[in-house]
Amino acid sequence: MPTRHRRTTRHLIAAGTVVTTVVTATACSGTSGSSKGADGPLVFGISADASQLLPWTATAIQSQQVLGQVYSSLLEQDNHLLPGAGLADMPDVSKDGKTYTFTLRSGLTFTDGSTLDSSDVKYSIDKVLDPATKAVARTSLSAVKSVSAPDAHRIVIKLKKPDASLLAALSSVNTAILPSNKPLASLKKKPLGSGPYAYKSRKPNQSISLVRNPHFYRSRPGLSALEFRVIEDQNSMVSALRSGAVDMAIFDDYVTTKTAKSDNVTIQTVDQLNYHALQMRPDSSTFQNTDVRLAIQCAIDRKQVVKTAALGQGDVVGPITSPGYASDPDARPCPSRDLKAAKKHLAAAGKSDGFTFTAIVPQGLYSSASDEAQNIQSQLASAGITMKIETLDSSAYVDRWLAGKFDAAIALNGAGADPATTYTRYFTSSGNFNKVAGYHSENLDKLFADGIATTDISERREVYQKISRELEDKAAWVWLYSGRQYIATNTRVHGFQPVTDGSLQSLWETTLA
Amino acid sequence: MKSTLIHLGGHPVTRRLGEALLTLLGVSVLTFTLLRVLPGDQITSSYGIDAGDLTKSQLAQLHAYYGLDKPLPEQFLSWLHGVFTGNLGYSSNAGQSVADMTADALPVTLELAVLAIVLALVIGIPGGMIAASRPGALRDGVAQTASLLVLSAPVFLTGTVLASILANSFGWNPNGQTFAPLTEDPLMNIQQMVLPALVLGVSIASPIMQTTRTAILDIRGEDFIRTARAKGVPEHALHVRHVLRNALIPIVTMSGLQFGFLLGGAVVAEQIFSLPGIGRQVLLGMGQKEYSVVQSTVLVIAVLFVLVNLVTDLVYRMVDPRVWSR
Repeated sequence: MPTRHRRTTRHLIAAGTVVTTVVTATACSGTSGSSKGADGPLVFGISADASQLLPWTATAIQSQQVLGQVYSSLLEQDNHLLPGAGLADMPDVSKDGKTYTFTLRSGLTFTDGSTLDSSDVKYSIDKVLDPATKAVARTSLSAVKSVSAPDAHRIVIKLKKPDASLLAALSSVNTAILPSNKPLASLKKKPLGSGPYAYKSRKPNQSISLVRNPHFYRSRPGLSALEFRVIEDQNSMVSALRSGAVDMAIFDDYVTTKTAKSDNVTIQTVDQLNYHALQMRPDSSTFQNTDVRLAIQCAIDRKQVVKTAALGQGDVVGPITSPGYASDPDARPCPSRDLKAAKKHLAAAGKSDGFTFTAIVPQGLYSSASDEAQNIQSQLASAGITMKIETLDSSAYVDRWLAGKFDAAIALNGAGADPATTYTRYFTSSGNFNKVAGYHSENLDKLFADGIATTDISERREVYQKISRELEDKAAWVWLYSGRQYIATNTRVHGFQPVTDGSLQSLWETTLA
Repeated sequence: MKSTLIHLGGHPVTRRLGEALLTLLGVSVLTFTLLRVLPGDQITSSYGIDAGDLTKSQLAQLHAYYGLDKPLPEQFLSWLHGVFTGNLGYSSNAGQSVADMTADALPVTLELAVLAIVLALVIGIPGGMIAASRPGALRDGVAQTASLLVLSAPVFLTGTVLASILANSFGWNPNGQTFAPLTEDPLMNIQQMVLPALVLGVSIASPIMQTTRTAILDIRGEDFIRTARAKGVPEHALHVRHVLRNALIPIVTMSGLQFGFLLGGAVVAEQIFSLPGIGRQVLLGMGQKEYSVVQSTVLVIAVLFVLVNLVTDLVYRMVDPRVWSR
C-alpha cells in the first residue's frame, strides 16, 4: 500500500474519531439528572398524555390522575375507596333516603383565590346531569331529581328513589366542582379547580406542570411543584426512573417493573379492582345454552391462567371485586378445573364432540391479553372445545366490543368501589352495556334495584352475593383474576400511599427528601 | 402559446413538478382511505368503552363536531380545501392547530435528521473508503461485518439498549427530561439529540458505507484512473479528486434517500427517546384517530421527501456537470 494512501486512511480515521469524541463530550458535559430540591418539583411519569382537561368527560386514567390533583369533589375517597368528607362534610340523609343535605366547609376558594360556594356545586352537578355536557358520570347520578342551594354553604340533593351509590359517585373526579363563572371552553384549555395543585402549563404530548395551591382546604400540599411527564415507551420510563429524571411511575407489567428496581428505586405492589374475564355473550347462538357456558367454566383452571399470563401476579376472583362486597371466587358450579363436569355439560348441551367459537382479543390495551387467550385456548382444547383467537388492535376491539359483535372476548374490565356502578350497566335489561354483556334476567333486574335502594351495608352485601351467585351459576362470563399494579418510586419520595384504583389520593401529601 | 405550453410540459423541471403534485395527491388519497378503512374513530378513541354510555343524540353531536357525519368525498375535499387555504386542521387532544403542532415538531425532526445524516456520512464514507482500500483484506472484512451487524440490529433494540445501559450504569438519561428546544437550551438539546442521532446515524451509515465501497471499487477500475496514475498523479489527489468525486453520485443518491427516510421514518427513535418530532406526531395521531393530524402531517412529510429528492437532483448536477446535458 502506498505511504500516502495509508496516511489518508489514518487521517480519515483520526477525523472520524475527533468528530465523534467532540460530539459525545459536548453532549455529556451537562448535567443529566434532575436538579430538584426537597420542595420539588416531583416528576410523575405517565404513559400517555393527559389530553382530557375537563374532569366531567375525562375517561383516560392519566387525565383522571392529573385532574385529581387540580380539582376537588364534594366528597373525597379515602385510601380504602370509601367516601369521606371533601369540600363538604358527610351529608345528613332524610329517613326515606331521598334527600341529602351537604354543608360546605367555610372559606373555600378556587386556586385563583375566587370563592367556591354552593352555587358552584349546584352548577357542577346540574352540568353533569345535562346530556349536552356528555359527562361520563351522568348515569351514576341518574337518581338525582333536583339540586338546590338554599344558602352559600348548603346544597340539597333530592332523589327520585334511594341510591346507595350516590356518595361514591359524588366522590369521583368525574363529578368535580368547577367554577360557575368560567366558560367551559376556557376550562378545557386551562383547568381551574380547588385541588392541592394549580394548573400551570401544558406541553401537548410532553408534560403538564402544576404548582402548589396555597388555598387548598385540607392543608399545605407537600411540594411546591408537580410535573406529569409523558414517556410512552415503558423501557424509556424505566431508564428515566433509574437515572432519577422521573421520581414516580405506575406499571402494569410485572417484567418491566422488575427491571426498574434498583438501589434508588423501590416498588410497591397494589392489588387492583379491575378484573380479567372471558366474556361470553349468552344471547348469541353459540352461547345460548347454559350448559355450553358451564362447560367452559369447568374446563378452565383460573390459577393456571394467573400463573402463565400474569406470572403469578394476581388473585382468582369472582364477579364482584369491590372492597366489602367481594364475591367468593369458589362460590360457583366448578370452583376448580373439572374436565369430567365439563364433558357432562357438553353432553347435556348435545355437543359431546365439542364445538368451536371465536374470541376477540385486544392488542395494545393491556399486556397479558394474548397470553390469557393462548392459555385458555389450550385448556379448552383438552375438553374438546376449540377457541379461535381473533386479535384486534385496541380501536377495532373497542368498536366490536361496544357493538356487541362478538361471541366471546378476552377482557380487562374496570371496577369501582361500589358494585352498583360496576355492574348495573352490564347485567340489567336497561343497562347501557347489556348488549355487550349479553345476559339479563328479571331476578337480576330486581336484585340490582334492591342493591341501589338498600343503604344498610350488610343487607347490601347479601344482595350483591345473590347477584354474584346468579352470574356464576349461569356462567354469564368466566371471571378469571384481578392483577396487580406496581408503583415505582425514587427513594427520595416519601408519604405516598397507593390506592387500588390507580388514583393518586395521597400524592398531595407526598414530599421529596 | 400552444408550443410554449408543450415546451413547458416537456421541460424536465415542469415534468418533475407535475409528478411531484401527482405523488402528493396519491399519498393524500391513500392516507385518507387507509385511515377510514381502519376500525374505530376519534370518539371511541377518546371515550374508550365509555362511548357506550353516550346517548344517540350525544353520539350524533360528536360525529358532527369531528366532521364524521359528512360523506367521505366531502370530508376529503373539505380537508383538501383547508390545506390550500393554510388550514391543516385542529387537534382537540393537543388543543392546537396542526400547523402550529407541525411548526413545533418539524424543527426537532429536521435537527435529528441533519445530525444523523452528518454522523452517517462521517462514519459511512471513511468506512467505505477504508474497506475499499484493500478489498478482501482484514479491514474490509471487519468493515463489512460491522456493517452487516448494524443493518441487522433494529433501531428500537439499539436505542433501548444504549439508553438503558447509560441510565443504569452512569445515571445519564437526558431524554427523561422535558424536551429542550435548540433555541431555548442548546446544551440540554444536544444532550437529548446525541443518542437518537447516534443510533439513527450508525444505522444509516451502513448502507452509505456499502455504497461508498462499491462505488469506489467501480471507479478505481476505470481507464481514466489508470491513466491518471500512469501520469503520476499523487495517490492522495487521485483518491480525493478522481475516485471519490466520481463515486459521489451513488453516495449522494443513497444519502438523499436516507435523509428522506429520516424525515418520516425517525418515528421509532423519536418514540424511544421521547422527542416531540413529526414522526411521533403521526404515531400519536394514529393512536388517537385524529384524522386531520395524520393526513396533514403525512402530507408535510411527503412534501419534504419530494423536496429532498429535488435537492438531490440539484446536487447531482453540482457533483457531475454531465448530468445537465442528459
